[in-house]
Parts: sequence; structure tokens; C-alpha cells
Amino acid sequence: MTSETSFLDINPSKSEQSDVEYEIELPKGLSEEVVRTISKLKKEPEWMLNQRLAALKHFFERPMPTWGADLSKIDFNSITYYIKPKAGNEDSWEKVPDSIKKTYEKLGIPEAERKFLAGAGAQFDSSTIYHKVREDLAKQGVIFCDIDTALQKHPEIVEKYFGTVVPYADNKFAALNSAVWSGGSFVYVPKGVKVSLPLQAYFRINAKNMGQFERTLIIVEEGAEVHYIEGCSAPVYSTDSLHAAVVEVIAHKNSRVRYTTLQNWSNDVYNLVTKRAMAHEGAYVEWLDANIGSKVTMKYPCVILKGRGARANIISVAFAGAGQCQDTGAKAYHLAPDTSSTILAKSVSKDGGKSAFRGLVKVIPGAKNSKSHMRCDALLLDKKSKSDTFPTLQVDENEVKTGHEATVGKVSEDQLFYLMSRGLNEQQATNMIVSGFLEEFTKQLPLEYAVEFNRLIELEMTNAIN
Amino acid sequence: MLEVKDIFVEVDGKEILKGVSLSIKECEIHALMGPNGSGKSSLSLAVMGHPKYKITKGEILLNGISIKDFPVNERAALGLFLGFQYPQEVEGVGISNFLRTSLLSQEKVVPEVVSFHKELKEKLQKIGLKEEFLKRGLNVGYSGGEKKRSEILQMSILKPKIAILDEPDSGTDIDGLKAVANGIVESSKEGAGILLITHYNKILSHVRPDFVHVLVDGKIMKSGGPELAEEIETHGYGTEVAV
Repeated sequence: MTSETSFLDINPSKSEQSDVEYEIELPKGLSEEVVRTISKLKKEPEWMLNQRLAALKHFFERPMPTWGADLSKIDFNSITYYIKPKAGNEDSWEKVPDSIKKTYEKLGIPEAERKFLAGAGAQFDSSTIYHKVREDLAKQGVIFCDIDTALQKHPEIVEKYFGTVVPYADNKFAALNSAVWSGGSFVYVPKGVKVSLPLQAYFRINAKNMGQFERTLIIVEEGAEVHYIEGCSAPVYSTDSLHAAVVEVIAHKNSRVRYTTLQNWSNDVYNLVTKRAMAHEGAYVEWLDANIGSKVTMKYPCVILKGRGARANIISVAFAGAGQCQDTGAKAYHLAPDTSSTILAKSVSKDGGKSAFRGLVKVIPGAKNSKSHMRCDALLLDKKSKSDTFPTLQVDENEVKTGHEATVGKVSEDQLFYLMSRGLNEQQATNMIVSGFLEEFTKQLPLEYAVEFNRLIELEMTNAIN
Repeated sequence: MLEVKDIFVEVDGKEILKGVSLSIKECEIHALMGPNGSGKSSLSLAVMGHPKYKITKGEILLNGISIKDFPVNERAALGLFLGFQYPQEVEGVGISNFLRTSLLSQEKVVPEVVSFHKELKEKLQKIGLKEEFLKRGLNVGYSGGEKKRSEILQMSILKPKIAILDEPDSGTDIDGLKAVANGIVESSKEGAGILLITHYNKILSHVRPDFVHVLVDGKIMKSGGPELAEEIETHGYGTEVAV
């Protein structure tokens, strides 16, 4: 990917809102009427409508969580819950309207298309308008489309799995998403199929006061493999935006799933995401999760190790700058013997940014020979910034190995002096220390993403208070 | 050419150097010896520009330019190099990326990636480090000897005009000592002026200095030719030498 068209290249504070016309825009606020209208516009089956309504009821009943970041400023009545841009759901690039294309160009979609990508799904506000799966993948029976399309074309698969990993009653924001969800990706990989190149999707919030509630469902059958990458960016607005997504992954026996998120929300977005995977016998699930930007992020990717020998690897990194709160972490539930999990969290705080790590490892009785290791490292770049660690180990089985480590570091004068003695200026030296600190995450990324991730970090490092 | 003119240096309000002068021309090798706590490392850090080491009096010229008030990176860009006694660990930063970034920041002509890596690998082999070394974090988990070899490797890539090497021999085994010594001789042949700080004579049998200076209690007590090092070996830093 060239620098000109990279999606990470969009500096959230500088990007402009594209001039996009909307075909449908529901009035602000949340009600049963709004939910019924969304479902009707999408011509959904009744079971989905019923689930939406049940979720809405739960959302209204459920109190706001108060244990984490400050969410008191979110005004649910000032949010638009459904917007549809003026375009159909296209599967050819040529048909995409110019103004939208322009936005995508900034996001790197055409470049991605030209390159080796296996397929690209893009969400433009509430509905996905551009989607393409390489023919060879389609031939192998891989389904990669937006979830609204999946609900129309493959209702039996969606109904079988939707809400099974993240039920709407899981938490308040999962309930909200389940009530008003729109757009998001659907991936189905049949038994034994190994998707060798990453599937990629790009998201962008592009309307003022617009909540984005995408829903992603990934099903990987026995012995199959897939790597899904999502990159997010959003232009900056003065009013608060809400992003409440749900991602469900079902990893069947002996499958491998890697889900990579590189996120670059603008500094006014509340990013409250529930990500969870069900790992069956011998399955291996990896969450690679980078949280940059946003006003508040609360996200704790989770793996339920349900089958014997299932494994989880969760790497979460966060960058908290001025006025930002990155409340992130990971969860692993060991429900079967011989399961293992590793959790690595890395946070960088700067200019008074706050980061918090919440890690939960639970081992139930009978999950013998389970292994778990949790590590969180925090790097504070100045005295104003803050980092907290909340690790929880609930182990109800004796024959297990668990471990936990936490470190908090600062950039030392001697470290800077050493690097600067070779010619680097202070900014370059600090950047180098920060990108080195995050390298355990970066080295897991495909090369072009690693390069862009480093550039994004550099951008954040040079962005003073904005 | 590095000219240190009668400098006085304070650390945390305590005077460490009390009027030190040195003049190092290109291709010259100067050995600086002296007992523990005499101020050898302080001299190297002060000349390089560590913010904790305050020059209260005196002047430092690099090729005629006063660098006394320059930040460390600008001194580096002018061709000054310090091989650290205790190199800092930087997790996740490979030496290859570090050196390339350093060259770029010094605005030197930087070879393109392929030829840079070729040069790096050749020099890696010369200094006796394995290629897998490139995958490790800077100084992270290096043995004492590897750290010293790495400092010499960095010097050979950055090609400074003046290199101050603070105990490049400490922590090395016999092979390491030879490798480090060869690296120093090579840099010197390529034109670098070297200030070699050492406790021991041993390295001086591999790197023959043009001049030897003895620093005691913040002052240079004696300067001479290579024979001075032998004298110290026999008599120590006692009064015989210090007078």
C-alpha cells in the first residue's frame, strides 16, 4: 500500500467530511418504532425483529456500567440509529458513486483491491455498499459479504449462530447493538478451507451524531483457517459519536482464526465494543487488537475455550493521548481440559491520557492441565499520564498453570541519551522507544500494516494536544 | 580534530573534572587511563553532551566548532561518537533499524536498504556477531562482550570523525577483546581519531596508542607515549606516576 492511499494515513483531526447524500435517515433517538423501522427497511425475518425488540427492552432496563470509563456524557436520544447513503449494495467498484469512492480512495480501498487482497468489504456508515470476494474464494465456498446480505441469502447460517456467542443480555451495549445493528461483515469458511490471504474490511463513521452499530459474524468450520483484518478511521466532529459494535467468532474443531483490528477513531468517539470467540476442540483463536484514537474505548476481546485443547492468544495494545481513556484488556474462559491462553497487553499513555488494563482468566473445575499467562506492560511518557491494571484470576481447578506479570515503565533520560548519541533527535528517539515497546504486537502484522501502524503511532506521538 | 580545553565539569553540584585538556587529531589513538572514580567516564559523557554533566568552564571544539552548548544529537551529526561503558537496553528496536535511522538523522548519505544490509552483515561477521543478532532488541539480553562488540559495530557503520570509547574491553573474553581491538584499529585507519578509555593494558597490546594520558582526581596527571602504559602496568597509578 502506498502512503498516499493508506487508510491509516487519514489524520482524524484533519480529515474532512465527504459530501455524501443520504437516502434514508431516521430521526434521532431510540424507540420501538425506530427498531421496527430498521428491521422493516431491511426486510428482515421475524425472528430477527423479535430479537431486536427483546434486546431493546433489555437495553432500557439495564443500568449504565459504572465500573470503567466515564460514559455519563453519552446522550442516547441525540444519536441517529440508522442512515443509508444514496447507493445500492454494489459489488462492482465502477458502480460506486464518486463522492463515496473519494472517501474510499483516502481509505485505501482501491489500492487494496489492486493488490493481493483476498477481498474487501467496506462499511459506509450504516450499510455496506461495496463488496467483492475474489472468485477463487467464492469457488471454495467461502462467503464474505455484509451481514445484511447474509441474512437475506444465507438466513439459516445467520439464524443458527447470531447472538450465540454474544447474547443481547451480555451487557448494555451488546443489547444496544443487538437492537439497532446495521452493517458489518459476515464470513463463513467451510470445512477444511484455508484462506491464505487476509480478508479485510474498512470502517468509517462519516455522519455527524451518527452511531455506528455494526455486527460481525465469523464462522470457521472444522479444520478451516482465516485471518480477518479490520481497519477503522473516522473524521473528527465536535459532538460525541458512539460506536457500539459486536463481533462474534465461532471457531469449530481444529480451526484457526485470527482477527486483527487496527483502529483509528477520531477523538470524540465512544468506542464500546464486545468481541468474543467460541473456540471448540483444538481450535486456535487470536485477537490482535490495537486501540488508537477515540475519546473512550472499552473493549476486552474474549475467548471461550469450550473444547478440549482449545487455545487463545490475545494481544491488545492501546495508545492514550490527551483527553483519551483507553480501557482495554482481554478475557479467557477455560471450560475444558488442556486449554491454554496467553494474554499480552501493552499501553502507552501521553499528554495526560489514561489507560487501564482489565484482564480476566477463569478456569472452571475440571479444566485440568489448563495453562494461562497474562502480562501487561504500561509505558508512561510523562507525569500527567496514568495507567491502571486490574488483573483477575479465578481458578477453580488445581491442576493448572497460571501466571501474571505487570510492568510500568517510563522513558529514561539515559535511554534517550543513548539513542540521541547516534544522531536521533528527542522526538525520533522517543518514537523509537515507543514503537519498540509495541513491537511484540507490530511483528504479528502483515508487513504493510506494520509499516502503517508505526507511522500512525508516529503521527500520534507528534500530535500534541488537539 | 577534537580539542578539549581546560574543562571543568559538575555532576549534581559536585565537581568531577578540574581542568582537563586533550587534543585528538584524525587517525590518532589516545589511551586514557586512571583509577576508578578519577573522572574518565564523566569526561566522555560531558564531551558527548549528557545533560547531567555540566561544563562550568572551558571549551570543546570539534573541527574548530564549539560544541559545548550543542545537544548530543547535533554533536553526533558533526562526527562525534561515544561507545558506552553501559549501553542502554531498548526493547523491540533492532540494531539495523536503529543504525539506519541514525544515519538518516545525521543527514549522511545513507546507502539504500539492500546495500546497507550487505555492509551491516559483513561488519557483523567481522566483529564476530551472528546474524540472528539483528533480530534482537538493542542491548536486550546481550552478554557483556556482545554489548561491547555491538558498540564497535555501531562505530564502524556510523564512521565518526572522533570516537570516545569508554572501556570497550571490559566484559569481553579473549576473542571479544581481539575483535574489539581490530575494530578500533580499523576505524582509526579509516581516519577516526580515537580516545580509548581503559583500566587495563591488555587492549593496548592489540591497539597501540600514539599517546597515553593518566587521569587522577579529575586532572590529567601525566601524558606520554605508549611506554607510559607499561609504566602504569608495573607501578600502578601511585605517586611515582602521579608526580
